[in-house]
Amino acid sequence: MVTFTINGKVIESHASEDTPLLWVIRDEVGLKGTKFGCGIAMCGACTVHLDGQATRSCVLPIAAVAGKNITTIEGLNNEHPLQKAWVDEQVPQCGYCQSGQIMQAATLLAENPSPTDEEIVNHMNGNYCRCMAYKRIKSAIKRAADESQSAVQMFNPNEQDV
Amino acid sequence: MKKLFQKNSETVNLNRRSFMIGSASAGLVMAFAPALFTGSLSAKESISQQAFSPTIWWTMGVNGEVEVSIAKAEMGQHIGTALARIVADELECDWDKVSITYVDTHEKWGYMVTGGSWSVFQSFKPLSQAGAAGRLALIDAGAKMLGVKPEQCIAQKGQIIAGGQSVSYADIVQKGEFNRTFTSEEVAQLPLKPANKRHLTGLNQDFKALDIPAKTNGTAVYGIDVEIEGMVYARPVIPPTRYGSKVTSVDDSGAKAIKGYRGFEILNDPSNTVEGWVVVLADNYHSAIKAVDALNVNYKVGNTAKVSEADIQAQGKKLCDDSASGTLFVDEGNTPKVLADAKNKFDATYTTATASHYQLEPLNAIAEFKDGNWIVHTGNQWQSLTLPALAKALDIEQNNIIIRPYYLGGGFGRRLFGDWTVPAALTAKAIGKPVKLVFTRADDSLFDQSRSASTAKLTASFSETGELSALEHAFAAGWPTKAMAPGFLAPGVDGNGKFDSFSASGADHWYSMSNHRARAINNELAQSTFTPGWLRSVGPGWIVWSLESFIDEIAHKQSVDPVKFRLSMLDGKGKQAGKAPESVGGARRLHDVLKKVSDKVSSIKLNENEGIGFSVSSGQERHMPAWIGTAAHVHVNKSDGKITLKKLYAVVDAGLIVHPDGALAQLEGSLLWGASMALHESNSYKNGQVAATNFNTYLPLRMQDVPEMDIEFVQSDEFPVGLGEPGVIGVAPAIGNAIFNAVGVRLRDLPMKPSAVLKGLKA
Repeated sequence: MVTFTINGKVIESHASEDTPLLWVIRDEVGLKGTKFGCGIAMCGACTVHLDGQATRSCVLPIAAVAGKNITTIEGLNNEHPLQKAWVDEQVPQCGYCQSGQIMQAATLLAENPSPTDEEIVNHMNGNYCRCMAYKRIKSAIKRAADESQSAVQMFNPNEQDV
Repeated sequence: MKKLFQKNSETVNLNRRSFMIGSASAGLVMAFAPALFTGSLSAKESISQQAFSPTIWWTMGVNGEVEVSIAKAEMGQHIGTALARIVADELECDWDKVSITYVDTHEKWGYMVTGGSWSVFQSFKPLSQAGAAGRLALIDAGAKMLGVKPEQCIAQKGQIIAGGQSVSYADIVQKGEFNRTFTSEEVAQLPLKPANKRHLTGLNQDFKALDIPAKTNGTAVYGIDVEIEGMVYARPVIPPTRYGSKVTSVDDSGAKAIKGYRGFEILNDPSNTVEGWVVVLADNYHSAIKAVDALNVNYKVGNTAKVSEADIQAQGKKLCDDSASGTLFVDEGNTPKVLADAKNKFDATYTTATASHYQLEPLNAIAEFKDGNWIVHTGNQWQSLTLPALAKALDIEQNNIIIRPYYLGGGFGRRLFGDWTVPAALTAKAIGKPVKLVFTRADDSLFDQSRSASTAKLTASFSETGELSALEHAFAAGWPTKAMAPGFLAPGVDGNGKFDSFSASGADHWYSMSNHRARAINNELAQSTFTPGWLRSVGPGWIVWSLESFIDEIAHKQSVDPVKFRLSMLDGKGKQAGKAPESVGGARRLHDVLKKVSDKVSSIKLNENEGIGFSVSSGQERHMPAWIGTAAHVHVNKSDGKITLKKLYAVVDAGLIVHPDGALAQLEGSLLWGASMALHESNSYKNGQVAATNFNTYLPLRMQDVPEMDIEFVQSDEFPVGLGEPGVIGVAPAIGNAIFNAVGVRLRDLPMKPSAVLKGLKA
């Protein structure tokens, strides 16, 4: 048995220890927003946060997440600035890769609130979008960065001192 | 494709149906009634008593909310939004109150297919009329309530207005009586709105797609997300050849050690959709993955077990060189004689490599037997092609099978014929339990309906004065329609057999040529090795690569500017004049988009080893042309051969644009698909199967490869045509032509590789 936290909730998984986290999230916990695309960490559809780091859940054995904090797309509670930007920019086409894209992008903005084009490409290049909505993914990340920046300045100028 | 369109439209033929608009407990219902419905009941009685099974296109609730039924698959094109918008524009309802519902495969919905970029094109007229009929009924009822004549009323944003007074749709639905039938003749008379009256569709509209929010928070449900009580997980074992393999023995002693393994089934498929299949069952999918890897299956293999990509290409070349092969698709003038007599002629052969779909959601389906019916949960594009195969496989009547709709994690043509549903259903039948069959990426790749490798040979002749006198275009590939929907093969113009028009479209171009021949040839080695698939942009995606590259070659041979050469042949004369409603203006519209795109780039200053190339395309077919002029700006590194696509330009005339932002998204995606096919992705057959089976070796374009894009839609009030695929078509030849302009190397094989550039530079 492996115990970990997912979106703030403690989970006890009885899956065999080599089971990739992806299948536990999807089929045991029942959170279907995280997707299966390649199974070899080459497409990014399964991206979740492991203690805040973007991680490919399709190759991460459940044994490796004992005691860790996992966040999935559902854990963003529809409140992340990227999710609003994704709608404003009308990013998704088929939408299948987008949970992974958003989770991947979220870790970029967490560390770098105003990334350059090049930084966005470097950070996002491992996430495939087969509909090739790349242009809008990039513009949505920039929009979320801009809007988050101005939101911070407007609402809480002393946040960094807190 | 013409035939399919005709057959398709027959099933929703308005001449055989009438509209009924009646009150029902839920509000107002607008339904198509079968024409043969001759009961004595009124529209209201029929609808409220459910006296027949109407095809309900929309309902209006007591608060004026409108729900539009969508019989198309959502795979990224936001089709429900576009179709609902068409209804709402004519219905004059409040867009904020519109929602959509995707319907399953009940026979009342008629023929179900989402592909060919047809959805808006085919639905525009009937859905406009369905909306208009509702508006008229609401005006009648509203006029009565206001005590005025219908002619004094207008409908606007959910209100009927007469002078200074008005009544809302909600009030009319609550208090009004609806009992109206439009006969098929009346329906045919309902005029479509002119452009200046449109307020929900057209290029100036800015609105958001209804399916997008759910695709940003994990709540959108794809086929792979479905769970059914009591289901067993399953994974297929893909046999060594697509056809003809037989299972001789299965050793599962290794699998038995895996926790959760529940055994295997050897499938016997009466529909012959799958041959030599074993399916492994488990309590969870991870165990199913491991169990397949641990299984040892022996086969008597099919006879394509040694076929390679080179074998398929060699066969294609042989066929193109043999003037007796294939079926004539176009035969203008006397091409053989002009070619034979010409002193000056030249030819070139182009190829494209096998290409794979790699839609991101791997194939999957749940099959369950419930209350005497089979229910299949899966995202599918061509349900009306899938259902007969399922019926044959399960040995039951087709009307005992329902395919439930879900979002498709990419379609691109792979989810047209639902061959993957057959093994799911057969396994469920064998074990008497619901089965969720999921393909791994490798399984999906090996079972892909590849875009066939193709070969095309073009021959041009010139008159004594050096002008183009004849063009012959022979092209060979595996044919999807022959493999999966042979009833739709079309007769050749020479009476010499049938051909796949989806694998020929594009060769029937819009250039005026007095002697022109197009010969469609089936590459039977490709055909027998795999199931050739329809892949986004289908035939034009590889046929126009050869045509538009060769047109450039001809221009350069004649020392004529390639744009001017094209413009001179796009005169819109004779058969190139176009037809109402779908191609009004004909080749002149193609002329205009090419002129526009060439003007757009005319002032660009090119650096060393840079070039701009052009192409025109009119996909997906002559019966539904989206006129596109494409320009590509490339840089070629002469030392390592690297091709950098700097920018793509497209000027697009697709008639009325129903959903402008959705159309732009389709163009952005399709141009990048074109770039990916041109420069990045390809597969190859090796020992009868594709060699690249995951994203570590199959390499579509990633974010780092995205060029700048400048996409312009022409303001047009012509009939709307489809846009899901046509943007793909012109990109590869524009890039190839740009490379020639940059460094003088003519590339004739897709994808275009640095090694080919280097080889050309040395030649």
